[in-house]
Amino acid sequence: MAEFSVDRFVDLYAHRTSGMSASEVRALFAVASRPDVVSLAGGMPFVQALEPQEVIDAATEVLATDAATALQYGGGQGHPPLRERLVELMNDEGVEADPDDVVVTTGAQQALDLLGKIFIDPGDRIAVEAPAYVGALTAFGAYEPDYLQIEIDDDGMIVDQLEEALVRGDRPKFVYTCPNFGNPAGVTLSYERRRQLVGLCREASIPIIEDNPYGLLRFEGAPLPCLRTLDPDNVIYLGTVSKVFSPGVRVGWALAEQSVVQRLVLAKEAADLCGSSLNMLLTERYLASDRWRANLRVLVDTYRSRRDAMLEAIGEHFPDGAMWTEPIGGFYVWVSLPGWFDTQSMLAAAVERKVAYVPGTAFYPDGRGAQQMRLAFCYPTEPRIREGIARLGGLLTDEEQLYRSMHP
Amino acid sequence: MKIAVLAGGRTPERDVSLRGGHRVAGALAELGHDAIVVDPADAPLVETLREKAPDICYLTLHGKEGEDGTVQRLLDLLGIPYTGTAAFDCEVAFDKVLAKDATRRAGVPTPDWVTVEGWALRDLGAGAALGTVIERIGLPCVVKPSRSGSALGVSVVEREGDLPAAVMGALSFSGAAIVEAKVQGTEVAVGLVGSPLEALPLVEIVPKEGAYDYAARYTAGATDYYAPARLDVDVAALCTTTSYAVAAALSARDVTRVDMIVDGGNPWVLEVNVAPGMTETSLLPMGAHAAGTDLAGLCDRILQAAITRS
Repeated sequence: MAEFSVDRFVDLYAHRTSGMSASEVRALFAVASRPDVVSLAGGMPFVQALEPQEVIDAATEVLATDAATALQYGGGQGHPPLRERLVELMNDEGVEADPDDVVVTTGAQQALDLLGKIFIDPGDRIAVEAPAYVGALTAFGAYEPDYLQIEIDDDGMIVDQLEEALVRGDRPKFVYTCPNFGNPAGVTLSYERRRQLVGLCREASIPIIEDNPYGLLRFEGAPLPCLRTLDPDNVIYLGTVSKVFSPGVRVGWALAEQSVVQRLVLAKEAADLCGSSLNMLLTERYLASDRWRANLRVLVDTYRSRRDAMLEAIGEHFPDGAMWTEPIGGFYVWVSLPGWFDTQSMLAAAVERKVAYVPGTAFYPDGRGAQQMRLAFCYPTEPRIREGIARLGGLLTDEEQLYRSMHP
Repeated sequence: MKIAVLAGGRTPERDVSLRGGHRVAGALAELGHDAIVVDPADAPLVETLREKAPDICYLTLHGKEGEDGTVQRLLDLLGIPYTGTAAFDCEVAFDKVLAKDATRRAGVPTPDWVTVEGWALRDLGAGAALGTVIERIGLPCVVKPSRSGSALGVSVVEREGDLPAAVMGALSFSGAAIVEAKVQGTEVAVGLVGSPLEALPLVEIVPKEGAYDYAARYTAGATDYYAPARLDVDVAALCTTTSYAVAAALSARDVTRVDMIVDGGNPWVLEVNVAPGMTETSLLPMGAHAAGTDLAGLCDRILQAAITRS
């Protein structure tokens, strides 16, 4: 009577991998990638806006003038001229920085992983928004933290809740937040709350990780100061070129004080020695001219129109009782449905009707979020967005009817 | 032989099917066949099959379209032989509403159940009868979509108040749901292959946590398997006899897998899969392995059964 082993290493894996398992939702997304499905699920940037020739020119220039660097290993902190460009990019959002305080990472996603690695021991408390970016939860999750979840409203993180937790004696190692049109909720932290958050964290000596991938994708209104601007000493700032240039080059960065930078560089070198020199040089060349600004204007106009199309369609097709955020930038609308909806179990029916979304449960570490869904307006065209929302609205109406039929 | 391994498709079991399909194609190549994987979601299937002109199709599609007779009917029309059960019998086996009825009519024990149709809820006020469902089936019970696989949309209901949400979850996958009595016991699967069908050693399924759900099925290491199952010889023999009976009742051929729960010494048939999974965590290859048959040997028996027929 032999035990049949499908994975002979199963008893050898680290405890931190225990949360990594196959899921129904992932299986459904495999279907959602078919072309007749309107996917409002993935947050894929509209890279078609890039002028191919401009990228070709930048790549050609890199290989013609600096192939020896582009095809070689580089330093763990990242290509120095690129770090200067990234500082210029941050200046656009009012963040002053020194290139020496920047670590280039493989997307900002790697910065999240490295920060988890250098800050989190198993069981450590960390504070995150509820809901929070799923990629941050998976990156931090590997280091087995204990989450302090801070709710959000239309003005972003409810900082009073963090304050109450601190008064109760909670001491998270850091506070992670995505203050500008955050993923997934699309809400923006108000100015008053920004002041409150940095003041509170400074007083308690708790560093803030400010994740700002969408900051330049503002559709209307004046930009608010970054947390890093309000308190350069206590905020670790994360940026990416994924939303202003290309997610395919995998270039992101962390801006932090030197002591953190040094640990990040060591952790980065342990993880992958250095980022892709070719991609870093290409990104540096692309950002060197003003062409990225023209591209950004196209992106902002495109995303704004798509946001408008989505909000209008939601207003038209979603049933009473549904509530949603109205983002002033970024990629996402966050929808909250009446309590009896289960967006995770409903996803199969949605895919059957050829529309996909991300169930809210992905964005909480504790299984909450079954009444929420994240809708991305960044990638599909406006007619496709309208069609997708109409399909989803039809489904919500039918689900409601089904529910009523069982709860007379 | 030139063999088209049909895998992928447009169902939630797409990835599972592709993983199995590539393994099967590799095994068939080992046997010296010219085997290619054809994914109906990649290009129109009829065109691809006309162009590739295979001698036979080896089916590793799962879920609607692949397992419910749709592809089989198309292959019948094109005159291309295929492995596995005939179109109409696939349609019955894939639909739990029909298959459970056919199983019971054949005198094979299957847990008691009630069918809940989506349209009956919407248009006939069937929601008012949900209380009667619980009275009849009892608690805990298992709610399943009538037409789906890999435990997708399945939930266990412990409290009456949770039944509506479970029904909605199942109806997300299918137009009807079945509410089935939950039998406590040992879960086993019996693979049947060849012509006539011959049982492989029983595989016992022991999820490390909770139910044998999608994650427990497809995360390597999440479930312990024992092949042969740790059952008394008499009970194992009864399981095998039962699997023959239900496979005959549903006219399964070439390859099939019967899932059951053994309660005391009594096997209860949960379902019959006419397109069993062939991934590295799938039950049929495990049963074959316990019989000393590798994947190539298993695929060969299935293939020979189909060739002999055609």
